[in-house]
Amino acid sequence: MKYIVKKTCTLIITLFIVSLLAFLAFQIIPGDPTTDLLGTEATEEAKQALRQELGLDRPVLVRYFDWLSGFVRGDMGESYNYRMPVRDMLADKLPVTALLTLLSFVFTIALSIPLGIWAGSTRSRIMDLSISALDQIVMSVPPFFLGMLACYFLGNVLKLFVPGNFVSYTVSWSQCLGYLILPALAIAIPRIAMTVKMLRSSIQSQLEQDYVRTSRSRGSSRGKILRRHVLKNALIPVISFLAVSAAEIMTGSIIIEQVFTIPGISRLLLASISNRDFPVVQAIVVVMAAWIVIVNFAADLLYQLADPRIRRL
Amino acid sequence: MIKRILAVFLATAVMAGLLCGCGEATTQSPVASDETTDSSRADQGNEITVGIAQDLDDSLDPNLMTAAGTREVMFNVFEGLVKPNSDGDYVCAVASDYEKSEDGLTYTFTLRDGVVFHNGQSCTAEDVIYSFETCAATSVTSAVVTALSAITDISAQDNVITISLSAPNPDFISYVSSVYIIPKGYTQQATAPVGTGPFRFVSRSVQENFILERNEDYYGEGAKLDKVTYKIYEDNNALFTALNSGALDLVAHLTVDQVNNLSNGYNVLEGTMNLVQALYLNNAVAPFDNELVRKALCYAVDVDSLLSLTAEGHGTKLGSSMYPAFGKYFDPALAEAYPYDVEKAKELLKEAGYEDGFSFTITVPSNYQPHVDTAVVLVEQLKAVGIDAQIQQVEWNTWLTEVYGNRNFEATVCGFDASTLNASALLARWVSDNDKNMINYNNPLYDETFAKAQASADEAEQTELYKQCLEILSDTAANVYIQDLADFVAINPRLQGFEFYPLYVIDMSCLYFAD
Repeated sequence: MKYIVKKTCTLIITLFIVSLLAFLAFQIIPGDPTTDLLGTEATEEAKQALRQELGLDRPVLVRYFDWLSGFVRGDMGESYNYRMPVRDMLADKLPVTALLTLLSFVFTIALSIPLGIWAGSTRSRIMDLSISALDQIVMSVPPFFLGMLACYFLGNVLKLFVPGNFVSYTVSWSQCLGYLILPALAIAIPRIAMTVKMLRSSIQSQLEQDYVRTSRSRGSSRGKILRRHVLKNALIPVISFLAVSAAEIMTGSIIIEQVFTIPGISRLLLASISNRDFPVVQAIVVVMAAWIVIVNFAADLLYQLADPRIRRL
Repeated sequence: MIKRILAVFLATAVMAGLLCGCGEATTQSPVASDETTDSSRADQGNEITVGIAQDLDDSLDPNLMTAAGTREVMFNVFEGLVKPNSDGDYVCAVASDYEKSEDGLTYTFTLRDGVVFHNGQSCTAEDVIYSFETCAATSVTSAVVTALSAITDISAQDNVITISLSAPNPDFISYVSSVYIIPKGYTQQATAPVGTGPFRFVSRSVQENFILERNEDYYGEGAKLDKVTYKIYEDNNALFTALNSGALDLVAHLTVDQVNNLSNGYNVLEGTMNLVQALYLNNAVAPFDNELVRKALCYAVDVDSLLSLTAEGHGTKLGSSMYPAFGKYFDPALAEAYPYDVEKAKELLKEAGYEDGFSFTITVPSNYQPHVDTAVVLVEQLKAVGIDAQIQQVEWNTWLTEVYGNRNFEATVCGFDASTLNASALLARWVSDNDKNMINYNNPLYDETFAKAQASADEAEQTELYKQCLEILSDTAANVYIQDLADFVAINPRLQGFEFYPLYVIDMSCLYFAD
């Protein structure tokens, strides 16, 4: 129980610091939302008036705490650019990114665990070598590059899909999911490679343990030992790694949404940064930070759940 | 045990959160899936899909929208008492007729019968007065605000609106066309705009699409298409790929490379972007405060080879702050004022005391590829006369603040367009005390000539004076004028009636399907 309270406090403090840093970052980089909003033709008076209307004439800390108090009460403010509530914009875009993250996560788990077990337990030396070589290569390919390759070869050359022709889930669920498969794979593939590598070495090191030899000498079959004992132990580090991956997949979407032109929150985040649309940036940064902290927290819990030895630390 | 339960609970909560996040929207009505038959152009019905390269991330309020891309679309939704046509003339819109008094001080507009706003409200003289007042008070286009500030009185009698001016202004009617007529007391223009145009606003989805539908109650002939969906790509490559796949009916502002790579049987139309692209020089910093140096730069730049390198020769050479769509003022001779001459450039530099050349930085907004391309070629060309230029690419917002706002730059490549259809939209900014005079151009002769032109009530005389202004800019080499960029439009071959405007707009109401 104490643990939960502690973690919750960490979450709150992290979000506080992250949101404050995001807020302050805009004080350092050049650019003013009013120049963007009013354009090149606006008079200085009009800019001043708008600054006042948006409250930008006040000191930065006052603005921050004003934003914070609104946020705590569930009011994320209004976008400077679109003039609509940030909450509505997030409600519209978050599902897209969430779907992408979920899909990517599902791919990671569904593909990496069987592959990893197979790679870890194969006795062929050649297979083992080629798997680890292939793994190394795939692991070092960044998702955006995979995305670009996919767009080019599958989209432009083979014309299997139209890059950029995203269909919103409000129009059709199946088409939306269909469009998200490739970007989800692009994020997942390097993750899969990493997980496979980890699971493989974890299984191999378990196979060298004394208990395996003991079981073998007692006549258990290799397959049975693998299933009964080795996997259980070998999966422990992988589980927490996968949980952390869930956080990284979300952040991986920042680039992939650009490559595949997916209108999720990451795309909105980048556009809002260049527009200096503070309320939108703040809200998205907080959502992403919260997701990362929560997922890490969940990873911790899962780890303890899987391995009773590290409980009550 | 508690922890175990909690952990499971948390894990489920996370998943559930994800799922409900996605689930919320299932209630929204699914739409027929004709959007997806990507390989065949969406010919269904009398509607088109237009691809655009930027989001309409602006207020949609006609007085507050600033982005050229937003204005381009909203031109179909809003109208003034008069509106420009593709020839650059003004035709009656919400007004059915107008008259200008002999002395140019009084304008009388007759309100057209049966003009209805998109929200069903009829348009009255009161709405017109409200629109003028709101525009004068809130418009972000300072030229319009200045022009409207000359109004001493605006009054209505039945359906006749009389506007009195304190001083004659031959351009006044062009500013009237910028005053979009909006219903009095309607407060949601920023997100749900209501006007009188041939199309009405239906919906906007951030970074996804923007939908207009035919205004059934339009007083005139109106639009021929039932629906126009603007699909937002925000990425030129993605936009082009979608176009090439045949999913779009119309895409404007394509580059020559894109046109060459287009393979899906589109018709390609060529127009001009209607902007003045130049190497703008900060006339207040050394060495550009020296006219000889500026002239040397003009001689050192070979615009013809620049055009052939960047756009296979497409584009129009300019020579001054005016583009050819303004036929009345544009003088092609100015484009030849500084023929490419390296020796002459070197001579001028020597005379100015820069025999060994100098170095400077060209600050370019990184989001405008044509400007970046031009800058790259300029750097190469200037090397020939010993000038070492560096390119610094900056984000658009940084450009606006640092270069345009604080004038903290040496040189920049960008393009200026005209917010209203008159010469002063392009020329007013070079008056020495104009707050948009980014380059700190300071020439008493120019100021005087421009002031005379503004004060002139005679159109022919005014045109002559504006032309003189353009000559002065050329003579003093205010900037290295380059080109009006070529603008390519790819269009579904069945779609007819496309018209280029001298403004940055696309009129959807003239498009129709030929059967």
